Amino acid sequence: MQKILLIDPEKCTGCRSCESACSLFHEKSINPALAHIHVVKMETSGLYIPIVCLQCERPICEDVCPVKAIKRDQKTGAVVIDTDVCVGCRLCAIYCPFAGPRINPKNGKPLKCDLCNGDPTCVKFCEPKAIQYVDATQANMIKRKNAAVRFSELVKNLLGTL
Amino acid sequence: MADTESSHDPGRSLRGIENMLKRKIAYIDLTSGKITAKEIPREMRKLYLGGRGINTYLRYNLIKPKIDPLGPENVLLVGAGLLGGLPSLGSSRCDIAAKSPLTGAVGSTNMGGFFAAEMRFAGFDHLAIMGKSEKPVYLWIHNGQIEIRDASHIWGKDTVETQEIIRKEHGDDEIKCLVIGVAGEKLVKFANVMTGIKNSGGRTGMGAVMGSKKLKAIAVRGTDSLEVAHPEELLEYCRQLNEKVLSTKWAQAEKRWGTLIIFNNTNTTGLIRVKNFQLNKLEDSEDLEAENIERYSIGVAGCFGCSVHCRHRYVLKESPFGPFYDEGPEYTTQGAFGTMVYCKRFETLLIANHLVDRYGLDTLETGGMIAWAMELYEKGIIDDKITGGLKLEWGNEQVVYELIRQIAYREGFGDILAEGPLGAIAKIGPESGYYCIHVKGMSNLQSDERPTPSFALGIATSTRGADHLRSRPAYDLYGLPEEVLEELVGGPVSSDYTSYDGKSRLIWHQELLYSVVDSLGLCKFQTVFLGFNMPKWEEYSKLIYLATGIKLSKADLMQIGERIYTLERMFNLREGFSRKDDILPERYFKEPTPIGLAIARGKKIDREKFEQMLDEYYALHGWDKNGLPTEETLKKLGLDKEPSHML
Repeated sequence: MQKILLIDPEKCTGCRSCESACSLFHEKSINPALAHIHVVKMETSGLYIPIVCLQCERPICEDVCPVKAIKRDQKTGAVVIDTDVCVGCRLCAIYCPFAGPRINPKNGKPLKCDLCNGDPTCVKFCEPKAIQYVDATQANMIKRKNAAVRFSELVKNLLGTL
Repeated sequence: MADTESSHDPGRSLRGIENMLKRKIAYIDLTSGKITAKEIPREMRKLYLGGRGINTYLRYNLIKPKIDPLGPENVLLVGAGLLGGLPSLGSSRCDIAAKSPLTGAVGSTNMGGFFAAEMRFAGFDHLAIMGKSEKPVYLWIHNGQIEIRDASHIWGKDTVETQEIIRKEHGDDEIKCLVIGVAGEKLVKFANVMTGIKNSGGRTGMGAVMGSKKLKAIAVRGTDSLEVAHPEELLEYCRQLNEKVLSTKWAQAEKRWGTLIIFNNTNTTGLIRVKNFQLNKLEDSEDLEAENIERYSIGVAGCFGCSVHCRHRYVLKESPFGPFYDEGPEYTTQGAFGTMVYCKRFETLLIANHLVDRYGLDTLETGGMIAWAMELYEKGIIDDKITGGLKLEWGNEQVVYELIRQIAYREGFGDILAEGPLGAIAKIGPESGYYCIHVKGMSNLQSDERPTPSFALGIATSTRGADHLRSRPAYDLYGLPEEVLEELVGGPVSSDYTSYDGKSRLIWHQELLYSVVDSLGLCKFQTVFLGFNMPKWEEYSKLIYLATGIKLSKADLMQIGERIYTLERMFNLREGFSRKDDILPERYFKEPTPIGLAIARGKKIDREKFEQMLDEYYALHGWDKNGLPTEETLKKLGLDKEPSHML
C-alpha cells in the first residue's frame, strides 16, 4: 500500500526542525525557504500548521502541468517534478488546493515533497510525531480514531457521563 | 591546529557566497544613518566562534571606558551563534550585548525563538548598532540589505502588536522581530528585548539600551542558504544528538512541563526564596506546582531546531485583563510572581507573565524588585507616602499587577523600582540595601543558594551580576559519583552539594562551557546543566567541524571559553569592578535558612570558606588574588593586545 505523510497539526510544536532538515537533505544546505515542508504559524493564537504535498491519488498538479514535468515515482508513490523539464509556469502551485508545491525564491520554479526516496527526513526530526510516515489506509484509520475521540469528548460533556 | 578549508577537507569546499562562514557583521550608526557591512574573518571564528564570543570581543573593542550606558556612545550588539539554524540542540539562541544600564558592567542577555536563524538567512551574523536616532526607528534587514525605517507609528505599542504591525507593513508573516515594549521606551533599567510571544532576552536591561537609541525593533527576513561543510554527516549527526538529548530524563520532564518542573524539586528541598528572602520553601505550594499548567495549556512549543519543546502555549479565558493567549510561564516566574511576593495562585503567574511579556520587562528583576519593596514595607522602611498609598502586602496580586504597570510606565512608586537595585537603594536609603538580593546591581533568581556553595559562588562571580545562567551546575544537586564529576571537570569535586570542596572547579568549568554554548547559539538545556548526559565539548567539536570545516578540539574550545570569560572580566575591571564585587548579599552570611529538608535547613554561607573558594576560582582562571588576569594568562589567551580592533 502507498505510504504517505500523515500530518497532525495538534501535535506540531512549531520548532521548524523539519524545514531545516529537509533543506539540508535536498539542498545540502540549510534554508527553510527551500524546504519542501513549511510550518505556517498563527503566532498570536499559538496554532502551527505544517503544510506539505499530500501526494494526491489524482494530482491536479500533474493534470495542469503543460510540459508533463510532473509524474508519480513508481517506487515511492511520490508525485515528483522533473526540474529539468519544468519551465517554472507555477500552474501546479496555483491549482493545488493545499499549496503543496512552493516557489523557489532563487529560480521561480516549484519545489515539492518527494518523500526522500521513501525515507522522509522530516519524520526523523519530528520529535512530537506531528509528521508520521504511514500507509494511506492506516493514516485514514488514525485520523478516524482521533476524530472519534474528540467526538466522544463532546458526547461525554453532553451526557455528563464519565 | 589543522584547518581543512585549504587542504584536504573531504567535504565540499565552502567558498560559495552562501557559505555558513560568510555571514556578515553590519555596523549601523543611528546618528548619521551610515551603514557598512563586512565579513567576519575566519581567524575571529577560531578565537571567539560567534554569538556571545564575538559580542564580547566587540563590546571590549567598540565601547569606550566609563561611557553612559544610555548615551549614544553605548553600542548594542546582536549576534547569532556559529551553529544557528541546525536542526538540533535548540540552535536558535541570539546573544544581545552592550554596557549594562542596570549594573554598569557587562550587559549580556540571550534569547531563543526564531530571530537569530532568520537573521542568518538574511545574510548577517552580527549587528553593531551605534549612536542614537532623533525619532523612533526600526531596522528592516532582508537578504543582505539594511534600511532604517520610521517607527513613529509603533512607538508606544506593546511587544506583540509591534511585531504584527511590522509584518503587515511588509505583507510577510515570516518576518521575525526583536523588539522592545513600553518599558524599553521608558528606559526602565531592566527592560528586556523580545521576539515572538514570549522569547525574551531579559537580563541586564538591553531593552533600555535599545530605547535610549530610539530603536523600537529589528525586523529580519531572508532566503539565503547556510551552506555547510559536510551535509550528509551533519544531518545524521544532528539526528543522533537529538536522540541523545531525548534519552535523558530531564528532556522527558522538560518537554512535558517545561522549566516549571524544576520548582517541584527545589521547593520541596528548600532552595527557594519566599517573601523576598525570609523563608526558603513555600509550604502550601500546591497551586504553584508544574502540573497546574495542564489546566491552561493547549500544547508545548519549541524554538528553532529544538527537539525538547519546553515552552507551554496557554490560554486564560478569564482575567482582570480579559481573555488572552500567551506562552510560558517559566520557573523564573514561579518565583518572581509566586513565592517571592507570596502569591500562591497559578493564575497570578499566568497574568503577571502576560503583563511583563507585553510591557517588555525582565520577569525576574521585576519580581525581585517588588518582593524587596514588600519586605521594606513590612519592616516599615518604606510606607504609604512613598508607595503612593499602595499597600505592599504579601500575596496581594492586585498590587503586583499595578506595580508591574507602574514600573513599565515609570509612574509613581514604579519609577523608583524601575531604577533597579542600585538606583532604588540610592533613592530609598542605605538601610534598604541589606534586604535587596542582588550582586553587582542585578537581582538574583528566586533560588536560595545558602545550602549550595557552588551555586552561591556562581552568582557572586557571574560577569553580568547575580545570575544562574553564567555557570549554574544544577547536576551538583544529584549526588553523582565523584569519579564522574572529576572526569567532567578535570579535578576532585565533592558529590555533597552542601560541601565547599572542589566547587570552585565546578563553577570555573561551567563558566567556560556556557561561554562556548552561548557562542555557538545552542540551548543550555541541551548541554551539561540540568541533564548530566547531555552533549558537551566533544559533541560541539564534531558539530563545528561538520558544519563549518573548522577543527577545534576540546582543549581548543575550553581555551575559547576561557578567552571569552576573561575578556568579559576585563571589561568589568576596566569599569572599576574588582574582587570586592564578587560577593554575595550580606544576608547569605548572616541569616541561616529557617526551613526545608534537613540537608537544606540551618544553612548559611561561611565567609572564610567562601573567600577560599574565590581564591581557588581565580587561580583556575589564571587570575591573581584580586581577580586580575595575570600577564601569563593574557598572553596564553592572546588577550595581551586588547583592544586589538580586528573587526
